[in-house]
Amino acid sequence: MAKTMKLTLNIWRQKGGTDPGRFERHELSDVSEHMSFLEMLDVLNEKLLAEGKDPVAFDHDCREGICGMCGMVINGRPHGPQEATTTCQLHMRQFHDGDEITIEPWRATAFPVIKDLVVNRGAFDRIIQAGGYISVRTGAARDANEIPVPKPDADLAMDAAQCIGCGACVAACPNASANLFVAAKLAHLSLLPQGQPERYDRVRKMVAQMDAEGFGHCTNHYECMAACPKEIDVEFIAKMNRDMLKAMVGERDEVASRKK
Amino acid sequence: MQLDSKAPSGPIETRWDRHRFEMKLVNPANRRKFRVIVVGTGLAGGAGAASLGEMGYNVLSFCYQDSPRRAHSIAAQGGINAAKNYQNDGDSVFRLFYDTVKGGDFRSRESNVHRLAQVSVNIIDQCVAQGVPFAREYGGLLDNRSFGGAQVSRTFYARGQTGQQLLLGAYQALERQVESGSVKMNARTEMMDLIVIDGVARGIVTRDMVSGKIEAHLADAVVLATGGYGNAFFLSTNAKGCNTTAIWRAHRRGALFANPCFTQIHPTCIPPSGDYQSKLTLMSESLRNDGRVWVPKSADDCGKDPSSIPEKDRDYYLERLYPSFGNLVPRDIASRRAKEVCDDGRGVGPKVEGVRRGVYLDFRDSIKRLGEKVVRERYGNLFDMYERITGENPYKVPMRIYPATHYTMGGLWVDYNLMSTIPGLFVAGEANFSDHGANRLGASALMQGLSDGYFVLPYVLGNYLAQTKLEKIDDGHAEVKKTVAEVQERIDKLLSMGGKRTPDSFHRELGALIWDNCGMARNGKNLQKAIDRIPELRAEFWSNLLVTGGGEELNQTLEKAGRLADFMELGELMCRDALARDESCGCHFREEHVTAEGEAQREDDQFMHVAAWEYSGDVSKPTLHKEKLEYEFVKPSQRSYK
Amino acid sequence: MQKALTLYDTTIGKKAVLAVTGIVLFGFVIAHMLGNLQVFLGPEQLNGYAKKLHDLGPLLWAARGVLLLSVIAHIVVAIQLVSRSTAARAVGYRLQKSAITSYAARTMKISGPLLALFIVYHLAHFTAPGVPMGSYEHSRTDVYANVVSAFSIPWVSGVYIVAQLLLGFHLYHGAWSLLQTLGLSHPRYDGKLRTVAQTIAMVVVFGNLSMPIAVLAGVVK
Repeated sequence: MAKTMKLTLNIWRQKGGTDPGRFERHELSDVSEHMSFLEMLDVLNEKLLAEGKDPVAFDHDCREGICGMCGMVINGRPHGPQEATTTCQLHMRQFHDGDEITIEPWRATAFPVIKDLVVNRGAFDRIIQAGGYISVRTGAARDANEIPVPKPDADLAMDAAQCIGCGACVAACPNASANLFVAAKLAHLSLLPQGQPERYDRVRKMVAQMDAEGFGHCTNHYECMAACPKEIDVEFIAKMNRDMLKAMVGERDEVASRKK
Repeated sequence: MQLDSKAPSGPIETRWDRHRFEMKLVNPANRRKFRVIVVGTGLAGGAGAASLGEMGYNVLSFCYQDSPRRAHSIAAQGGINAAKNYQNDGDSVFRLFYDTVKGGDFRSRESNVHRLAQVSVNIIDQCVAQGVPFAREYGGLLDNRSFGGAQVSRTFYARGQTGQQLLLGAYQALERQVESGSVKMNARTEMMDLIVIDGVARGIVTRDMVSGKIEAHLADAVVLATGGYGNAFFLSTNAKGCNTTAIWRAHRRGALFANPCFTQIHPTCIPPSGDYQSKLTLMSESLRNDGRVWVPKSADDCGKDPSSIPEKDRDYYLERLYPSFGNLVPRDIASRRAKEVCDDGRGVGPKVEGVRRGVYLDFRDSIKRLGEKVVRERYGNLFDMYERITGENPYKVPMRIYPATHYTMGGLWVDYNLMSTIPGLFVAGEANFSDHGANRLGASALMQGLSDGYFVLPYVLGNYLAQTKLEKIDDGHAEVKKTVAEVQERIDKLLSMGGKRTPDSFHRELGALIWDNCGMARNGKNLQKAIDRIPELRAEFWSNLLVTGGGEELNQTLEKAGRLADFMELGELMCRDALARDESCGCHFREEHVTAEGEAQREDDQFMHVAAWEYSGDVSKPTLHKEKLEYEFVKPSQRSYK
Repeated sequence: MQKALTLYDTTIGKKAVLAVTGIVLFGFVIAHMLGNLQVFLGPEQLNGYAKKLHDLGPLLWAARGVLLLSVIAHIVVAIQLVSRSTAARAVGYRLQKSAITSYAARTMKISGPLLALFIVYHLAHFTAPGVPMGSYEHSRTDVYANVVSAFSIPWVSGVYIVAQLLLGFHLYHGAWSLLQTLGLSHPRYDGKLRTVAQTIAMVVVFGNLSMPIAVLAGVVK
């Protein structure tokens, strides 16, 4: 028989962007240890609905840890206490009977709250738009095996490419910095031969967009890496810094060219 | 209605090339004058919108998630097939075509499947050029593996996250077009209806999920790439938001729905643990390469600690029934056999609603043979995921697995040009019915999504736009206003019932009905029972639904209710289609049609066709149309895995 | 036409300024400590060293100029970055737990301004104008006597000891963190570099601490 527990939840409620918001307290009993954290919230929402109240809004979709849509700060830690785990994969056996759980949204000016625990992460999309791609026309590619990629490079690129864009790095950072997210995409593309032509232009554009979105700077706390459900390494941030300095000091861009 | 597949004739190898030449083109300078709506940003929709934008069309893209990068294609683990023959093991375009037609149990269209196999090679080239970090060998060249029992190694993969990497490639290409201004992205926007004017698709009505604003978007063509409808079962491996609304609304506006009963059940999922279960998690079927499937011989042992059950009391039923394929039998067979042993009372794991639903997938012998280290290298991440979800350590205790709905082969009927029966309405990816017949092979879904998106839509859209003269319309058009008003009315109705039951409680009941009667094994009696019950449930839904909050805000209960309303109708059609198809084929297993060996018995003389259903104005009285299937190049045969 | 992006406009550029000026200042505190440790070698040695420095003339002023600019740049950029990061999280968490960061890293914003105040105090005390913090005469030539007289006053020594602890925290994080900021760290030797940088930082601190303690203990008279 599965163990059950009784919990006290302090959940952030906010009607919309202009509402100042507040914490709301709920008691929930008979929570099974086998429930996922989001299933626990489902149960709470069914209860609220039955009482004619507005359920807690939270983002979620795949519920298998890959889409990056879910995310909330649980007892002070983005995605909760378990390492390398998204909120949807966190299970209630990580908690104990009688626990009090504080649930807050990602807090960053660049991620404004839409409602309750739902935030707008459009800033991440705009950073990708600024240059997070390799420009290749559909149909213009040569045979895939014409570009050999050393296995260590391909593996490291894959380590970086695993980012799910959930925003836990920003949520965990004392400065609400997006460095880990941006650095992971830059590393993924700049480690591959296909990514070389746009390498320095890409880092300039993505960093400029990151700053324009109002994220903070990096002070090397490495909290992002600890919170990242995909365990993306801060070595990519060093790589980004290196490329950025090189790009701004040594590499040409359109703007830097002498006018004709 | 006469269904014309528009499939070219002649030698299969040249059909697509010849067709491409015969299609009309739009002058590059004129393309920006055409507006194309693409709904959905998964592999098909994302790749399609990116490619069309790059060609110069004016594209409007929509997704219900907060970002196009979240589409559920991202969750595909295994890989993507391509007939590259990099392994020199005898693969070819024709072999991939042959395997796919056969795997689909002869219920797909040969021309489409061949085109899919043909462009599969371009997909890999395109994705590598985009920077998709596929697995590599030490020489730096691409690695391949054999997948889903295929005889050749033609599957490309990026660890266990192939879908994620392919989707991010398409997403990045899409964002590049957003930056260039050719694509306008609308995230958190859900399609609510299709606008059809004079029989031609001219736009969609959407709801802004944050502000609640209902809006019409007009265009010269509409592409639906909105994925499958597996969430009709409530519990499935789909994302929670996956829904049928886009294609179902199009169906109600005149698009035929093909083979709705063809739903794939995946054998290696983590079993439900309680009545709060919200979704089921799939684990790669590669686990079956080294794990042995068993249940106790006696129902009395089912509650016992598995390590205390001696070898003689275990029933390795797949190895017993299929001595040559053993644990590697195709998905549909592995799933059905698991259901049978659980129905027999020999399932394991906790009882959910009185029944143990689970069978063991045991790695004890593999760990003994290969050592824990090797097993960890091969399956470490899957074992970790299993332990996170179940709290059990699969190195010590056998895993428990149970089948779950995974993919829907059915979908809107399309011709060879991916156009539905509504001119100007194109359907791509899992949302259409076209390429997988009655059963999809592993690593083929990603291939189809990207094939449609990168290499088919750009041609067929141009062909349509080049030869279609459309009258200019605006938001003031009577039909546009009428469609918007109907959407608003429906939302108001959902909000105003003031009933007692939540959307999830209705959805669980509907899902259980479809799962029990139109799931892994079906029979006429049960299907009829479901067909009788679903309209009653629907009637209760429309009178006793409880939705709080308003329409002009983020309201996730309202979103669920709207999607469920459409599942309530589709669910009935799935059962009706399953009842009408009085044969077994692929995933569709009718207990009345079984070979002497207990396998699916096709009835080719009566059912070698696509069943395409037309909405008649009454959900319970759909009209059936048939597209006859012909096999010129692959001779239909009986599958055997003994 | 978009304005040309300059490195200094970006947060990464500003951090690089912080790191480079940090290197200059780190270099200075090492040299400063090595110079001052000559107090243990007696008054002649220390006063002679001070005279030699003064006799450098323009060179000394050039070095002072670089130091002053570094300090100003370090402070200005730090203020800009801190105000950015404060704005980046306008609404804070009710509960935030850190996982792997250090106490030193979290308190950079506090140790920094306090050190700035200390520098002002320290310059006023020993350099210009030279304010005796107790009942002794400040001498422009007898540096040794100044040191001994000043550090004999417990509260003056106390201020220096506290400031050195703050410097220790600041350097403990700053000394290796600047490698990451300048993109010079690499997983292969990251751990070793970090240890080396932090060891040097600690040597500086203990070296500096040894002086007031030695005076208080009567070792240096």
